[in-house]
Amino acid sequence: MINRYRLPFGKPTLAITVCAVLLAACLISLSAFAAASSSEADAVAFVQPLSLNEIAQKLTTAKLKQVPGVVEEIVNHSDAKQQEKFVLILLNTLLEGKLYFQRSDSALFIAEKGTSSGFDLFSLENGRLIKADVPKKTIRKVRTSNKVRKSLRNSIAKLQLRSDDTQLRIQSARNLMSDVNDLTLPLLKEARLDETNSEVKSILDDAIALGDLTSDEEFVVIRALEQLGGSLEPQVRTAITKLAEDHVSVDIKSLAKDTLEDIEDKVAFYGYVERIFFGLSLGSILLLVAAGLAITFGVMGVINMAHGELIMIGAYTTYVVQLLMPNHIGYSLLVAIPAAFLVSGLFGVAIERGVIQFLKGRPLETLLATFGISLILQQLVRSVFSPLNRQVVAPDFMSGAWQINPVLSLTYNRIYILIFALIVFFLLQLLMRKTSLGLNVRAVSQNRNMARAMGIKSEWVDAMTFGLGSGIAGLAGVALTQITNVGPNLGQAYIIDSFMVVVFGGVGNLWGTLVGAFTVGGLNKFLEPSLGSVLSTIVVLVLIILFIQRRPRGLFPQKGRAAES
Amino acid sequence: MKLRKIMSKVALGLGACAMAINVQAEETIKVGVLHSLSGTMAISETTLKDTVLMMIEEQNAAGGLLGKKLEPVVVDPASNWPLFAEKTRELISKNGVDVIFGCWTSVSRKSVLPVIEELNGLMFYPVQYEGEESSKNVFYTGAAPNQQAIPAVDYLADELEVERWVLAGTDYVYPRTTNKILEAYLKSKGVKEEDIMINYTPFGHSDWQGIVSDIKKFGSEGKKTAVVSTVNGDANVPFYKELGNQGISAEDIPVVAFSVGEEELSGFDTAPLVGHLAAWNYFQSAESDANEEFIAKWKSFIKDDKRVTNDPMEATYIGFKAWAKAVEKAGSTDVDKVRPAMYGIEVANLTGGTAKVLSNHHFTKPVLIGEIQADGQFEIVSQTEEVAGDAWTDHLEESAKIVSDWQDPKINCGNYNTVTKECSGQNF
Repeated sequence: MINRYRLPFGKPTLAITVCAVLLAACLISLSAFAAASSSEADAVAFVQPLSLNEIAQKLTTAKLKQVPGVVEEIVNHSDAKQQEKFVLILLNTLLEGKLYFQRSDSALFIAEKGTSSGFDLFSLENGRLIKADVPKKTIRKVRTSNKVRKSLRNSIAKLQLRSDDTQLRIQSARNLMSDVNDLTLPLLKEARLDETNSEVKSILDDAIALGDLTSDEEFVVIRALEQLGGSLEPQVRTAITKLAEDHVSVDIKSLAKDTLEDIEDKVAFYGYVERIFFGLSLGSILLLVAAGLAITFGVMGVINMAHGELIMIGAYTTYVVQLLMPNHIGYSLLVAIPAAFLVSGLFGVAIERGVIQFLKGRPLETLLATFGISLILQQLVRSVFSPLNRQVVAPDFMSGAWQINPVLSLTYNRIYILIFALIVFFLLQLLMRKTSLGLNVRAVSQNRNMARAMGIKSEWVDAMTFGLGSGIAGLAGVALTQITNVGPNLGQAYIIDSFMVVVFGGVGNLWGTLVGAFTVGGLNKFLEPSLGSVLSTIVVLVLIILFIQRRPRGLFPQKGRAAES
Repeated sequence: MKLRKIMSKVALGLGACAMAINVQAEETIKVGVLHSLSGTMAISETTLKDTVLMMIEEQNAAGGLLGKKLEPVVVDPASNWPLFAEKTRELISKNGVDVIFGCWTSVSRKSVLPVIEELNGLMFYPVQYEGEESSKNVFYTGAAPNQQAIPAVDYLADELEVERWVLAGTDYVYPRTTNKILEAYLKSKGVKEEDIMINYTPFGHSDWQGIVSDIKKFGSEGKKTAVVSTVNGDANVPFYKELGNQGISAEDIPVVAFSVGEEELSGFDTAPLVGHLAAWNYFQSAESDANEEFIAKWKSFIKDDKRVTNDPMEATYIGFKAWAKAVEKAGSTDVDKVRPAMYGIEVANLTGGTAKVLSNHHFTKPVLIGEIQADGQFEIVSQTEEVAGDAWTDHLEESAKIVSDWQDPKINCGNYNTVTKECSGQNF
């Protein structure tokens, strides 16, 4: 403004400055006038309330902190009951972070990422596609944060407490459990009267009892405590703990203490069950990574430092398979199982034919050579796939957890891996015991010369055995994609563990590997809570060293003449 | 015979002369790049090497510096800490570089320090770190604890009303120091001992089920709980996977991470992690023209439309720009001239503000808190003004009285004790 006045006069003078100040003062008073008139407009709006759509429109300009307020306004709007469907869609879309608006006219839409780089816009009213492939620059997201999402969830829960869908009612009742107060308690009680489903009923009963705990009437509190006796919900525990600590009545205090003890006992029991599962799960992973080594190191006696990299190759095979069939994530994992076995197996055969066969009976050289191979393989992967981690998407059936009760949930990926590990182990056992290949392998490993004299092609058997061990390492790689990074360093993390398990279990004995894996896994998980994960790993290692000192041949040493040499 | 010998000598001499002239005609400014291209840290550091190369290419396209072209000298310290020191010596003594951009882990930086101070080199260190250091020969372009950890904790306490804290980290110097600072800070804010749980895990830890379940228990005892994670590198993926699978939602127990950025998230599916937080000085999602331009340039340089940008890249960018400005201001690449020229230099950062070089060799940076989105990007939920980097934290008793100032001739050291009024003698 000042600049514009400067132009005709050349140099600014005092007079101009005064002028400019006056002008600015003028402007300020003008804008104050405007503000006054806009507050008048508000007063008018009070007479004619904003429609739902108009309030929703506020979302496009609201700051992050104001969003919960707008949501509240929407839910409490007089039309909200009538247009419940619209409100629910609006809130759910916002919750999922798919609510966008156009920069040009602020119209709200549901936006989904289209096939190309743009977005597809859908109508909030009827879900129909309005515009396809809109460039990202022309639309803007209605931002949400944890706080906003929390308030959204509660608002939705209040609306859906009367939904026709039982699952939605269960979800809503659970969500409201964390927010029982004077406002929600009547809602819950009302919903309880009309409820028919027994599962929803029991959750509602718990939630109502939770609200009743703060009642002034003693008998109400006692009745609520009885109702909550077996509940494991964390909110219940918190509320009863508070009651046991500072309720005015001594009777209620002691009753609350008893109830709390019951609950704590149950929690401790389930905590124990959880630990056992954790141990089994870690054990199953160790079993998978060590099973291949149990063949190459245990049966053949080759110290294969590249074992970890064969696991890594299995993991990368899974990644490639998933790239090839992007629309069938679930199946791709199944396809990856034989693929990873083959690819890692072929690498194994190549390593055996190319290097190891020339170093027979020279363990030190084998160790160094395979260590070199492991570095080469790592760098190969870095060059081909880049050093960055690759993403292997978890299929739906592998993600999430099996929620048994509020304090015990077992994650699906670990359950499946446990089953997978056992299947692989028993198939391997079957192969070694019941097939001619297994017989040949055992014959060659026990007495090479005698086996050759009997007409067994020892060279071929060596290659096949090494390939088999490597293939199983590949299978471990498939399983690990569901747990950890798919990156060039994947294998290094597991090489020490696998050697530890095989040596601990007894070289040359598959059962030893099984028992060894679960012992190490279980021990680790039971030490972890008290020692921390760094120390527990060390303690396990020390224990194994002590054990090996006492019994150098491990848990299940090989017996017989062949083992003596 | 003799003639031939003489002839050949002459030819040799001529050749040498020609070479010398040739060198003079194409004299360049050598820029050392000291990032691991193999080994464990390659995953993070390769990106920074590419960033430096991109910046050099851009600078050369704009005519270089002082009329000379920049020439990158890339070495690979292979994630091997002692090798970092060796490679630094090689870069400065053998290759004669004028500046080094490098290092990621604190151990690698500590390994470089004695060498770079002995040879009077100049290094820009682009990663957030634990502070408690200020070397004459190093500029720290990443965040000091007061530019990342403390503001993040403040955000959790003020905005999300967190009262219980889990400090989870990988077992090495950065998490240990940061957690020590945070613990002291939280206690000074009135948090009780039993409301803080500290947990360390080894490098590359992959079995998080027990720890995540412990966090869940710790967090379900009534008070609002948050996890402050200094878990580093590879261990993050299994950690977050476990969080997602065990159903710990960000609304119940938010996890704020200091070492997880866009690049780390590009390795996996972030849908179950929506709402968990990270604190940095830069996010790819920051809305500014400079950032848009930077992202576009990066994507075309790396020839991959899916590659993301992250905070250490911005720190590299700021460091490079500041160095280039200082060289032009000093009119020389000599370390003793460039270093004094650095102080007070201002560079536009990528989030719309400015980064100023401070006399303690740190920068001013805004603190951004972002929530993880389903597409692997961050939604910025809080952004502060620029905060001046503090080399020595105010929250530990011994460090509070130490200041660093390389500009004030009365102090002129990285660890001036304001009580005893002297420097402790060592250079860092």
